Amino acid sequence: MGYFLGLITVLIALWLGLSWDYSLKPVIASLGAVSIVLSAVLAYRFDILDREGSPYGRLIQLMGYWLWLIVEIFKANWVVIKACLRSTLDINPALVKVKTGCESDLARTVFANSITLTPGTVSVEIEGDKILVHALYEEAAGPGAFDEMDRRSREASDGRRKS
Amino acid sequence: MTEVMEFWNAFRPALGSALVLVGAVLAVIGTVGVLRFPDFYTRLHAASVTDTAAATLAIVGMALLAPSLAIVVKLAVVWLFLFLTGPTSSHALANAAHTAGLQPMIGRLGEDDGGSQ
Amino acid sequence: MIGVAALALIIAIALMLVRALSGPTLYDRVLAVNSLGTKIILLLGVIGFLTGRPDFLDISILYALINFVATIAILKFFRYRSFQVSLTRRDRGGSQ
Repeated sequence: MGYFLGLITVLIALWLGLSWDYSLKPVIASLGAVSIVLSAVLAYRFDILDREGSPYGRLIQLMGYWLWLIVEIFKANWVVIKACLRSTLDINPALVKVKTGCESDLARTVFANSITLTPGTVSVEIEGDKILVHALYEEAAGPGAFDEMDRRSREASDGRRKS
Repeated sequence: MTEVMEFWNAFRPALGSALVLVGAVLAVIGTVGVLRFPDFYTRLHAASVTDTAAATLAIVGMALLAPSLAIVVKLAVVWLFLFLTGPTSSHALANAAHTAGLQPMIGRLGEDDGGSQ
Repeated sequence: MIGVAALALIIAIALMLVRALSGPTLYDRVLAVNSLGTKIILLLGVIGFLTGRPDFLDISILYALINFVATIAILKFFRYRSFQVSLTRRDRGGSQ
């Protein structure tokens, strides 16, 4: 039920933000209400209203993680931009297996998406607690390179119960 | 305080246009990388420059140019969608290519063995 | 300056079309089309500001959604040759 209310709140906020119509004229407001209720009912019917589908309880932690991730993304971008512009091609691609300590599906999704979002590394496949990562530079994906991201995504989505 | 606000209001459009321009140039750089890199997996990295840095800089620049808050909210929604769907489609592409048996090139690559594939 | 940015984005789109047309594998083409979509989203926003009609942003939101769905749909079709397959791991006997 909490997930349902969270989804409804987010949908209302999204509708108000996009339409920017607070006058609540009957026609427009009823169209908005119908679309919000329809989306919520469809989400319930699709059975995606669980911890992954609406992780609003950990929104603040996830936002903090996101701010850290944006800085990392810009640092990693610089490397890839230099690789694109160098007059002679000089790259060292590698496939590595990264072991993750994330246990819940949400934490694993956040971790794998962060790896993909950082330019220079792409998560190719997830098997159990190992993630196959393709990296543009082998040095950037060496042992321990993802430890901090792993720890932070685990703390952001699961809390600090286990260190 | 009003002087600071006046300076900011005069400076804002210039900063916004400059950020949009930097974002567009980064998009061109990412495209050049996609054209130059030798195999599919490395091209994926170059394309993600466009998806992340170029999109962020251009959208922040447009938000600085925006006349009203409604526009800023819409830009934020575009940015959020790009950041949520971008890694998902990148991962889907990489996973599909890997499942189909496309082998990545491994090891240090110079100009000699690049570009031929 | 915004005009120059729009021009740069158009150049990037044209270059990306080269990769989409010449890409040796299917995945290169899908990647090029997906990246093309991102640039078109940015270009729509820039055009909106260039012409003083930020309503173009609504179109770019829609484009972002359709671009994502199209990429996933193409990949799903070429993997299973059908849209009538569930993408979740449940039906493959996984642990999820």
